[in-house]
Amino acid sequence: MIPEPARLSAWDLVAVGLAGLRARRGRAVLSALGVAIGIASMVAVMGISTVSGAGLQEQLARVGTNVLTVAPGHSINGKEASLPLESVARVSHIPGVVGATAIAYVKGATARRTKLIDPAVTNGVGVAAVRLDLLATLKGTVRSGTFLNPATARYPAVVLGTYAADRFGIDRPGRQIYIAGRWMTVIGILDPLPLAPDLDNAALVGWPYAEKELGFDGHPTIVYERSTDDRVTTIAKALAATANPEHPDQVQVSRPSDALTAELAARAAFNGLFLGLGAVALLVGGIGIANVMVISVLERRQEIGLRRSLGATRGQIRLQFVVEAVALSLCGGVTGTIVGLAASLLFALAQGWPLALPAQVITLGVTAAVLVGIVSGLYPARRAAALTPTEALATG
Amino acid sequence: MSVIELEHASKTYPGGVRALWDATLTIGPGELVAVCGPSGSGKSTMLHLMGTLDRPSEGRVRLLGHDTAALSDRRLSAVRANWIGFVFQQFFLTAHLTAAENVATRLLYLGVPARRRIMAAHEALERVGLGDRLTHRPHELSGGERQRVAIARALVARPVVLFADEPTGNLDTASGAGIVDILWKLHEEGTTVVVITHNTDLAEALPRRVDVLDGRLQ
Ligand SMILES: Nc1ncnc2c1ncn2[C@@H]1O[C@H](COP(=O)(O)OP(=O)(O)O)[C@@H](O)[C@H]1O
Ligand SMILES: [Mg+2]
Repeated sequence: MIPEPARLSAWDLVAVGLAGLRARRGRAVLSALGVAIGIASMVAVMGISTVSGAGLQEQLARVGTNVLTVAPGHSINGKEASLPLESVARVSHIPGVVGATAIAYVKGATARRTKLIDPAVTNGVGVAAVRLDLLATLKGTVRSGTFLNPATARYPAVVLGTYAADRFGIDRPGRQIYIAGRWMTVIGILDPLPLAPDLDNAALVGWPYAEKELGFDGHPTIVYERSTDDRVTTIAKALAATANPEHPDQVQVSRPSDALTAELAARAAFNGLFLGLGAVALLVGGIGIANVMVISVLERRQEIGLRRSLGATRGQIRLQFVVEAVALSLCGGVTGTIVGLAASLLFALAQGWPLALPAQVITLGVTAAVLVGIVSGLYPARRAAALTPTEALATG
Repeated sequence: MSVIELEHASKTYPGGVRALWDATLTIGPGELVAVCGPSGSGKSTMLHLMGTLDRPSEGRVRLLGHDTAALSDRRLSAVRANWIGFVFQQFFLTAHLTAAENVATRLLYLGVPARRRIMAAHEALERVGLGDRLTHRPHELSGGERQRVAIARALVARPVVLFADEPTGNLDTASGAGIVDILWKLHEEGTTVVVITHNTDLAEALPRRVDVLDGRLQ
């Protein structure tokens, strides 16, 4: 009987493909490098996006999206409006509100490191009077020292926002800084406040002390309220009228977590650009592999002829070269994925973000490499398979 | 039944070169045949037709009674894998593979598992007297030894017929004689062997001789 061609096992196919690469190691490394660069950049972009997204999301989850702020807009005559004295109390009585607090910038007051610096020269750090429930409402934390308490809120004690402390070069409590003509003692430094980034750059003093010693009139600049999640939209509508019943139009209500959400979205758009660049690098890498494989087919006509004479079918020759291209691309892809992941994990470490291992990014890197290998191997493989045994054997 | 039958087989290459004219020839099982003729006379063309590496432009080629014209390229590949062994003047060994791996490659396209391939390769190399060269690479072997590796590769699958195209063409006299001895041994063991040569002395020494001149059998 006329025999049927045998089927090669997957293992044999891989072995044949890899043997072809081992014989031309230097060239294999160079052509895999192109794919490695493309995949590494794509994986790094997506990996960094994943870890930074995870970082932002963690921050959002921690501070919540249920805080609203009320700030005065501008009155009709252009004068800066202020919020009524009793606005905090009224806001805190809205059903669903679980906490309300306020800050007020003390007009004309700045904080400076020494008395010697002319207040007109430095755009010094702003001074804000704060209520004691500020940290509870904004879910803020203290980096060093303590926050104000009922006692220290009546004394020349100050808590610095994280960047204000950095600007002063202060990293622990105990130092004195110069505020509105007097020395005050730093008793604490805060961690960043994602919901009130302005306060990161401010010096915070007690409400009663500001009223008594700094000529502060007691009108809040910003009221913060936190509610249950399901009440946020309802409260947002009622907030202006509650905070300032006489002039609800002079009040601005906003949701500070929107800035974080917007940052997440912006990041995704930014990623698109870099992913595109990575894809171009990958394409160039794929063309490199196709080139190397075409040269390889030209050089290995005798090997192809020999294999045909030993009984290889056209299909088996084609498959051998596709497997070789995929192996080549996969070597680059795996290297690129490892490099890209390492880059994104290092980035996460440097930023203090959680180390999220982006599983779908790894899958994507490897899949992209396999696809690039198949596509770039197809044409050379077809050329190899198209050779007749005698054509192939005749050369050289 | 005959192993090979050429029936008025002709081969015209693209461009009009008639390399083989109206060749009719029958080779029976177990024969050791020399195809002899000067360079360019069409010997290799004839071997390619008999070995299913190429198809005749006219006429028929039968292998074990089967008309090869009726077979697809795929089936012809399987025919080569199962029935035919080739030995070429240039050896065609793969440089980065050992002698045993080169021989084992022959069994790849028969679907033989890797372990059995290597075992069979060792056996075949012992049959050609290279039992002590299993892990040598081609560049570590002499010309005669390389050709013996090629013969081991051809016979490891126990083909019905072995074609050798100028097997001694690249070898010195002593090595060439060694190769001819092996071909004789295979013939004595019952393999059908077709040797192509332009060396009339070699052809004269074999049991049957077919002469080719300008594409015609004499
Ligand atoms: N692929 C080919 N295309 C065109 N002409 C060829 C081809 N192969 C061989 N020939 C020609 O056919 C003739 C016979 O060649 P060949 O069979 O190789 O002879 P031999 O093996 O006896 O030296 C020569 O003239 C050669 O140039
Ligand atoms: Mg020839």
